[in-house]
Amino acid sequence: MELTILWYLIPSLLMFCCGVYGFITRKNMIAMLISLELMLNAVDINFVVFNRFLFPGELEGMFFTLFAIALAAAETALAIAIIINVFRISEKIDVDDVTKMKY
Amino acid sequence: MESVGSIIVYVVIALAIVICSVLAVTTRKILRAATYLLFALFATAALYFQLDYEFLGAVQIAVYAGGIVVLFVFSILLTSHPGDNSAKLASRKRVLGLTGALLLLIVAGYSLISRCEMITALPQGENPPMKFIGETLMGTGHGQYLLPFEAISVLLLACIIGGVVVARKNNN
Repeated sequence: MELTILWYLIPSLLMFCCGVYGFITRKNMIAMLISLELMLNAVDINFVVFNRFLFPGELEGMFFTLFAIALAAAETALAIAIIINVFRISEKIDVDDVTKMKY
Repeated sequence: MESVGSIIVYVVIALAIVICSVLAVTTRKILRAATYLLFALFATAALYFQLDYEFLGAVQIAVYAGGIVVLFVFSILLTSHPGDNSAKLASRKRVLGLTGALLLLIVAGYSLISRCEMITALPQGENPPMKFIGETLMGTGHGQYLLPFEAISVLLLACIIGGVVVARKNNN
């Protein structure tokens, strides 16, 4: 058995699909954010795997993943600040209950 | 042809990634979801180590597992009772989510598997040396990344200030 590129892309695809499922079904904002992290992480895996298999010796995919990790950290920190603020105002963080700014 | 050891390591990592991601989106206790996310991120770091990107694996552990998951756990403890189950899913929503995920899985999986010429074995390569990574990150020449590095640092600063402003208690 040989570990080809497909063997690395399929777990990442499954991870992305889990993220999509969670993002649609979850109501809690933090749980939605967790699903978002799963999707971002799956994309990071894809960058690294394509870089390693198709362009060995170059580091473009690795640096893209590095910057994507930094961006994900920034995005999560800001999103959690917003969620905590929403919780302080309305005492709950389910997306169905936060309708103050609708219409 | 890979050695048996690396295949076993690969199988363990792939199973950990798949099982932990499925559990992270299906468990009804939110603190458990964060824990499964942590293990999925650890398995991803192990995958990077297996692909010889040791620096990236270390960054993954330090930033994701060390930073982001701690942030998640703190905010979960601040906003909900950790022992509570989330409400049962409405079946309509579950069908919607399953349809979206399965559709994506079928389309992307089919296009992956049908592209047989893209499938290549792992080429010879070694862990990129730290000196090379540093020079690429700090250089201004062709294919070097000083400008994105600085942009990210300014973005992180703006994000810190924005986070403080948003989350600060309003006194008036």
